[in-house]
Amino acid sequence: MIEEQKIINIEVGQLQDKVKGCFEQGYRLVQISCTKLSQGLELNYSFDKNFEFINLRVFLSSADTEVLSVSNIYWNAFLYENELHDLFGINIKNIAIDYKGNFYRTSVKWPFNPPTEAKND
Amino acid sequence: MTKRTIIPFGPQHPVLPEPIHLDLVLEDEKVVEAIPSVGFIHRGLEKLVEKKDFQDYVYVAERICGICSFIHGMTYCIAVEEIMKLEVPQRAQYLRVIWSELSRIHSHLLWLGLMADSFGFESLFMHTWKLREGILDIIEETTGGRVIFGSSKVGGVRKDVSDEKLKLIVEKLKKYEKEIKEITDVFVHDASVKHRLVGVGILSKNDAYELGAVGPTARGSGVSQDMRKLGYAAYKNINFEPIIETSGDCYARCMVRIRELFQSIDMISQAVDKIETGPIEVKVTGTPNGEFFARTEQPRGEVIYYALADGGKFLKRLRVRTPTFSNIPALLKILPGSELADVPVLILTIDPCISCTER
Repeated sequence: MIEEQKIINIEVGQLQDKVKGCFEQGYRLVQISCTKLSQGLELNYSFDKNFEFINLRVFLSSADTEVLSVSNIYWNAFLYENELHDLFGINIKNIAIDYKGNFYRTSVKWPFNPPTEAKND
Repeated sequence: MTKRTIIPFGPQHPVLPEPIHLDLVLEDEKVVEAIPSVGFIHRGLEKLVEKKDFQDYVYVAERICGICSFIHGMTYCIAVEEIMKLEVPQRAQYLRVIWSELSRIHSHLLWLGLMADSFGFESLFMHTWKLREGILDIIEETTGGRVIFGSSKVGGVRKDVSDEKLKLIVEKLKKYEKEIKEITDVFVHDASVKHRLVGVGILSKNDAYELGAVGPTARGSGVSQDMRKLGYAAYKNINFEPIIETSGDCYARCMVRIRELFQSIDMISQAVDKIETGPIEVKVTGTPNGEFFARTEQPRGEVIYYALADGGKFLKRLRVRTPTFSNIPALLKILPGSELADVPVLILTIDPCISCTER
């Protein structure tokens, strides 16, 4: 294996504290991503410090679950969080720069996790 | 209070080959704030992984970008190979290093040309791109393609290159090295070039790190961060140290790329010296089941391929985090305080690739 990759499962309510802990320990925010599971969604917050790669993993039962933005800790998170909203419909609060669904110009609403009822108008 | 003006920059602009938009808030000629808009051509290629066989998807991954296409394909392959615990043969690992470094040389030469063009030095632009053609010729000789190599595959590489040809390539590169030195000396020493780059768009080391900057953008600010140090492919057997500059301005980012040109030639030379005879691929049986974050160093910086598989022939999820996406916050940091006339140069110093960003 090229590198060890640690995955730490946390609750959505612990996110701010855990991310703040990473910031204080000098980790760099590498990326934030989402995976649609058969039931629910999974967020991965990846960090790196001197090639030590860790992931905070948060399970969401649905896209409606409120997730607090971490852009107050890592400002660059705002790009990833807008992406999560526009592609998966994740309900993220307090994003430093919130494009309110206009970050990506998609032909369908939340293409990676489409709402059941309809397409964008 | 000085009157504020908002100037739209892009998505169509002579300095931008691809669409990105910035709302520049100005006080007189000085930028005080910049707000980016991307997403004009988002292609959703990540989603395609649900419909393409995991071995075929490498062709899609290569088409995410026309500059670092090989490294995209290779990184995808590494992610799948790690999940499947495949032992890629040494010869293939070295060939991956050689093609990765050829990609870096041609990307950096392309960037230097665009940079020269952005500050109106047309003859320098043409000379730089003439040299780049020579590198593309080598790529075509070894892979058959100049843009899409089509040489990466899960388990190894598709094409071998004879040892004689590899030695000829090193000889050619040594010849190009002298010509590259002549051209890059203009960037290093010319007063008009330095006038446009020195002291412009300073990004501090702390900001570069905290804003998640990668590649030459981070290394130009003194952050010693290069994913090749992870030792993927055959990089673990190549002697090198990340190239860093400390002034954090446009000139520093330019110098990092220039020094990396010579470093890449040295790395190819080392790889050709060390390459072993043997197979170029391992037979792939079964389907992947697991997950892995593959990280490699593209010319613009760290790229990440997250692959999740459940034992089927299609991956469940592929996530690509490209270097330009990660460098946008750093760009937004260096724009405030700059002159409007410097904005094109500042944007170019992160070497934006919107094709990658709009994967």
